Amino acid sequence: MDRHVSLAVIGAGPAGLAAAVSAHEAGIENIVIYERDEKLGGILNQCIHNGFGLHTFKEELTGPEYATRFIDKVRELGIRCETESMVVSISPQREITVVSKRYGLRVVSADAIVLAMGCRERPRGALNIPGMRPQGIYTAGAAQKLVNCEGYVPGKEVVILGSGDIGLIMARRMTLEGAHVKVVAELMPYSGGLKRNIVQCLDDYDIPLKLSHTVVDIKGKRKLEGVTIAEVGPDGAPVPGTEEYYECDTLLLSCGLIPENELSLTAGIGINRITNGPFVDDRLETDVPGIFACGNVLHVHDLVDYVSEEAGRAGRHAADYILSGGAKKNPPNIVKVTPGQGIRYTVPVTIDLGNIEEDVHVRFRVGAVYKKVTIKLMCGDKELTSKRRTIVVPSEMEDVILRKSILEEVDGDIRVEMTGGGL
Amino acid sequence: MIRELTCIGCPMGCSLTVEVEDGKAVSVTGNTCGIGKRYAEQEIQAPTRMVTTTVLSDNGRPVPVKTMRPVPKEKIFEVVNEIKSRHATLPVSIGDILIDDAAGTGVPVIITGDADR
Repeated sequence: MDRHVSLAVIGAGPAGLAAAVSAHEAGIENIVIYERDEKLGGILNQCIHNGFGLHTFKEELTGPEYATRFIDKVRELGIRCETESMVVSISPQREITVVSKRYGLRVVSADAIVLAMGCRERPRGALNIPGMRPQGIYTAGAAQKLVNCEGYVPGKEVVILGSGDIGLIMARRMTLEGAHVKVVAELMPYSGGLKRNIVQCLDDYDIPLKLSHTVVDIKGKRKLEGVTIAEVGPDGAPVPGTEEYYECDTLLLSCGLIPENELSLTAGIGINRITNGPFVDDRLETDVPGIFACGNVLHVHDLVDYVSEEAGRAGRHAADYILSGGAKKNPPNIVKVTPGQGIRYTVPVTIDLGNIEEDVHVRFRVGAVYKKVTIKLMCGDKELTSKRRTIVVPSEMEDVILRKSILEEVDGDIRVEMTGGGL
Repeated sequence: MIRELTCIGCPMGCSLTVEVEDGKAVSVTGNTCGIGKRYAEQEIQAPTRMVTTTVLSDNGRPVPVKTMRPVPKEKIFEVVNEIKSRHATLPVSIGDILIDDAAGTGVPVIITGDADR
């Protein structure tokens, strides 16, 4: 064993930075953040558009500005950051294997670990798009990095598949860089991105959004020449006769994000097959003691403000774990949190009623678009809290807060139920 | 005349219904907060947008920038073109002013990312 730290944070994106700051504020000094990139800030560095921080800072910031707020805080607190350091495995006993040019290969033991590795984009290989394999096909985020951080614009005539927020943002970005974005095709009958991005990234520039459409062919031997887009029916199959050919040199893919949990698997952490992130309890602790998870590695968020908030809680709970040596104050009384009809998952999946110290956020996504619904958190026949929503969509994460005072009255499993909206 | 808008003031994206008379919003419904009302009034009279893009630095790498305030929507490309005609001399810090008055809008363009080399 080369070294020991109190808290190891894996990843210096918004989640890792916020977790480290809150753990430090909770009294943990020996913290190290490991980051594989040369810079701190993670994906925010390439998100140069504004819209970040309305909840956290009550103002609209760009990605790099938002990241800098946290980076400055990390520096001010003297938290150690090891950049260009890649964690390659974590053991269930919380030993971390790190490789870096500077220190070579090391094994570091930690009293607690916060997983904050973020997520990655679903690549072409995972989408089963037929056709040739020419140059000119990028994930939207890869193109974003090329344009915003490297200064290369990948093409002039662009088609975008998928209406996730990064795809919408890149439609506007490529347009401002002089490219012609011909169309955004979305497989689902609804957009995968925020409504405001449809308005300010597509409508403002007269870029058409074709819902229930997908790419059915890619043409070009070396260099992309064009793609064929067709309508898809309710069964998900292309409708014959609806094919349209678009000449283009660039195809951007914005087809979903996948939490990056290879490291979690090396530690033997249980992964929820719906979120592709770890199962966690109300303290954001995984099923391996002392290992916590937050941000997009836990479940994909749409807003960085929610990532920072969640990571702040993970950092605090990790600090508690370290300070108490992993001992719980009271005997545990663990209940399950389960999703009802129309709801895909919940984070957390369990709550320890014996050791509630603060309000618990229950976060989830719905499986389809529902209008005029009531979301209720139930324990048996007892309604714990409820909230009305005029519309819920799969692209927007829902958050219901269970007050500590309410949880003190709960004595069984909790179900998230949704009624109305044709359910 | 009734116009339907989607507020871009925050990620909620409220659906706004605006009653318009003589090119002005006389009533706004569907908004959750004051941002929605102000957005609708502005959007009916003279739509504005924040512009974010990059400027090349003297080492050839891009540096992120934004307009300090929203600019008239029809001026977006002029603002972007003016930014593209400039370059940033390193080092730069967040908040540094790149352009005092972008394309005659009266709105400054500022640096949004620290870069030293």
